[in-house]
Amino acid sequence: MIEMKKACPRETYGKELLKAAGEDKRIVALDADLSGSTMSCLVRQQYPEQYFEMGIAEQNMVAVAAGLALSGKIPFVHSFSVFLTGRAFEQIRQSIALAGANVKLVGSSYGFSDFGDGATHQALEDVAVMRALPNMTVLVPMDPGEVVEAVALARQIEGPVYIRISRTEMEYMPREYPRGTLLEPSLMADGKDITVFSNGLMTKEALLARSILAEEGISLRVVNVSCPKPLAKEQILDYMRDVKGVITAEEHSVIGGLGSAILEAAALEPKPTCLIGANDTFGQSAESHEELLEHYGLTFKTIVERARFLARRDV
Amino acid sequence: MMKNRDLDYLSSKARAVREGIVRAIGTNNKGHLGGSMSSADVVTALYFYKMNHWPNDPRNEDRDRFIFSKGHSVLAQYAALAECGYFPVEALPTAKQLGSFLQGHPERDRTPGIEANTGSLGQGLSVGLGMALAGKLDQKDYKVYVIVGDAELAEGQIWEAATTAAFYKTSNLVAIVDHNKMQATGVIADMYDIGQVAQKFAAFGWRVLEIDGHDMEAIVDALDAADENTGQPVCIVAHTVKGKGVSFAEHKASFHNGAMTPEQYEQALEEIALG
Repeated sequence: MIEMKKACPRETYGKELLKAAGEDKRIVALDADLSGSTMSCLVRQQYPEQYFEMGIAEQNMVAVAAGLALSGKIPFVHSFSVFLTGRAFEQIRQSIALAGANVKLVGSSYGFSDFGDGATHQALEDVAVMRALPNMTVLVPMDPGEVVEAVALARQIEGPVYIRISRTEMEYMPREYPRGTLLEPSLMADGKDITVFSNGLMTKEALLARSILAEEGISLRVVNVSCPKPLAKEQILDYMRDVKGVITAEEHSVIGGLGSAILEAAALEPKPTCLIGANDTFGQSAESHEELLEHYGLTFKTIVERARFLARRDV
Repeated sequence: MMKNRDLDYLSSKARAVREGIVRAIGTNNKGHLGGSMSSADVVTALYFYKMNHWPNDPRNEDRDRFIFSKGHSVLAQYAALAECGYFPVEALPTAKQLGSFLQGHPERDRTPGIEANTGSLGQGLSVGLGMALAGKLDQKDYKVYVIVGDAELAEGQIWEAATTAAFYKTSNLVAIVDHNKMQATGVIADMYDIGQVAQKFAAFGWRVLEIDGHDMEAIVDALDAADENTGQPVCIVAHTVKGKGVSFAEHKASFHNGAMTPEQYEQALEEIALG
């Protein structure tokens, strides 16, 4: 396989935010003392009048952002995913989602990507809680290119958006098929036996699994779903009607994330489905992100194993 | 809206607001009478004296903003909005009915004149702070008034907002504490003492004014005094009486969210009319 170009998504994000802040003076960035990690520091340095340091006080930060939005600003609010969506959940619910306020919530260090800091810093349920909120759009970019698209899309949407940003490097993924916006699922590679719906880093793993399984005569379709909410239900169903089984793969709990969204969409036309993600567990510290992904089964190996199971299963 | 410092006029409007609260609750329905009544005079002074606002253009960019952080008392705001002409006074009794634009707690997208969704306590001051920061960025002259409850001051987020407002020198933000000394379940000093309100805000860097929250002259004087720009946010501690104006409800935790019998309903209207 050709070595793909890589980039750190949070750095890509920071540059896009900076560009956006330069283009649109209504954009303001807020951070709770993590701007060096979330990369909102770029706005602080370049356009200090468009940056608000909010101290380590996420609840106030989120509700202040609502007030800014309700008076015409477009706030991008930053913290680690776990603090932003957890600590300030109720402020997001009442002051932002219920009001349809035009606030962009940017959760950094999602999943296991803050590997060293352990379970307290690893967000495995952020998609579940954000997805449950009416009016909320949830975006999970699979690569730095989609981070750029996510920022652009968030600017287009007049309403609340949650973007998950990984802390570790991501490869730029190939784009062989034409694709719409991040709101639509995108076909990464076609196949006829099993469909894998994935997002984030797991899309790369799904493509790896596909090449391994091809040698065994199992044909995998890989569909990247960067927007688990609102889910493009009809397109999702189109991608699973003609296959024997479905696999979902995400760096998130199997409860409430992409897998749950797919199952909800397919409730009237169910297919045998395997959910790959964190299995109702918290994380832990490790020396690398990869080590944790391996430990919790979030690699191509699990996808290969589940695909074999589904392919050999008598329907 | 016309600004009228005529205290008799303002007192008559306060009576109209109190009557509106009672009519919105009706009989045999639970309603947040106590906190609505304790804040009624301040709400009246804001809508009929202090704020720049336009009932026919509720989202005018230059309007002063008012957020009722203690959202359960929104009946006072509904009554004031109706009295100002945002919607007919006759709509008040539909409050809390299925499909009504007058929800049990304020909702921005349902009711003209409502600025934020509040009632989950502790959030309104932060939302108001965001609006104040936006006003400063846009070099607008509008002010943001937020009424918070005294029992609400137990919420940690209030003090996060207090710190941030002082740090950003939001002199266009005015917090008014409806200090009625009661929480839903009893007397604050007995149940969960929040300490010295004025001293706490002063310690957080706010300019603090302390008034009788039922003395209309003191209220309008304090609201005017809050206009002076000292580079600090302003806190007006308004000492009030829960249930003020309805004798059977005054100082009564049971009328935090209580129902009136038809006899009590009539008595309340009579007492309010007599002022």
